[in-house]
Amino acid sequence: MSDAAQPIVAITNVDVSMGSSAILNRVSIRIHPGERVAVLGANGAGKSSLLRLMNALLDPSSGNVVAPAAAEQALIFQRPVLLKRSVRDNVVFALLARRTTADVANRVTDEALAACELAPLAHRYARTLSGGEQQKLALARAWALTPKLLLADEPTANLAPAAVHAVEMILRRMCEGGATIVLATHNRGQAKRLATRVIFMADGEIVEDVDAKTFFTSPKSAAAIAYLDA
Amino acid sequence: MSLIVDSALEAIRLMASGDARLMEVAQLSVRVSGTATIIAALIALPLAAWLVQTRSAVRAPVVVMLNACMALPPVIVGLVVYLLLSRSGPLGALGWLFTPNGMIVAQTVLITPIIAALARQTLDDAQLEYRDLFGSLGLSRWQSVATLLYETRFSLLIVLLAGFGRAIAEVGAVMMVGGNIAGETRVMTTAIALETSKGELASALALGMVLLLIVLVVNALAQSAKTWIGRRYV
Repeated sequence: MSDAAQPIVAITNVDVSMGSSAILNRVSIRIHPGERVAVLGANGAGKSSLLRLMNALLDPSSGNVVAPAAAEQALIFQRPVLLKRSVRDNVVFALLARRTTADVANRVTDEALAACELAPLAHRYARTLSGGEQQKLALARAWALTPKLLLADEPTANLAPAAVHAVEMILRRMCEGGATIVLATHNRGQAKRLATRVIFMADGEIVEDVDAKTFFTSPKSAAAIAYLDA
Repeated sequence: MSLIVDSALEAIRLMASGDARLMEVAQLSVRVSGTATIIAALIALPLAAWLVQTRSAVRAPVVVMLNACMALPPVIVGLVVYLLLSRSGPLGALGWLFTPNGMIVAQTVLITPIIAALARQTLDDAQLEYRDLFGSLGLSRWQSVATLLYETRFSLLIVLLAGFGRAIAEVGAVMMVGGNIAGETRVMTTAIALETSKGELASALALGMVLLLIVLVVNALAQSAKTWIGRRYV
């Protein structure tokens, strides 16, 4: 990816603090359209905070963040946050919240549920779905929003292998549809399968930022080597 | 034991015979407390919604005040409303003292803080759960609050039922403001108090059982509404 291309996310020298604790330290990243970035690191490394920063859920204490507007992003949470409504109404709600007309919202919802293999469950109460189905619904909601930037925060944590596979398939299709994806994950296999670039974090700092193949074959930092050996 | 059995039999007899006096008192109880609950909800729910979304410095003191006002003694509320509505009081011109309207005012004052405080806590808890989702979807603060109100509708229904329950079971304030006038302002609780003072314990207990039955029916209707809404889902 050429550095000259316009980045979709540009984070420059960002610090984020909460009280006296530093969450992110001097973080700088450029992410370009179409990239598939995996953010790796131990618990508390700052992966989720980085995603929340991109999604404007977290304000920088200093530095500069340029990212698509909320209407052009979607964020998938580790534990899907679903409304107490039907599967279908969860997707329709997200579209209407973005001022889509009801006709378009209904049509796009049908397409999103079909794409995520949830059409047969459209009228089920969302909170009675299994963990994997709930995450697929969160992805269907994101899919319907056709985001330029998809942020996924450990979307397959605690899911069974079959559900992991299904979620990855949907993520892959969204990438193929043109979305730029930033995926925070503990699953190294998943990062290998989905990402073309790896950002490795430790203690709120970016320790390595290289293409995925290089990271997994020849990590440079001691922290990354220890992480991969663990 | 015999007193309780006699009371239960008396309660059944009163209801089965459609006792006109009982029906009148029961109807007035439901009308006064139901109206007070609706008015209190119209005040308390917007107040709770405002408290959830505001970043104003007055938020914390208002929350503390509301929580404290849940313990308002009914007789104090009754006394204050009595003074407000009395002929020489600021609202004396309304002529509401010793009328059902005055009783509605007293019960509204009593349960508005309860509904507001419980609704505020319910909405705050829900906000913790949904905040990131709403933020990531780009919802405005008021869109978020409107959605929270909808998402917590069943919990808020329970809050309203708690308010209604508090109102219909209350005796001190309605006694002071209403005066327990037969055929005018006598409600279930004041009738029970009167029967007790006359030594008619079986009759008082029977009225108490009818009051419980009314509350049970109201709660059953609310539960049915919830179940009916739930049937929309497969």
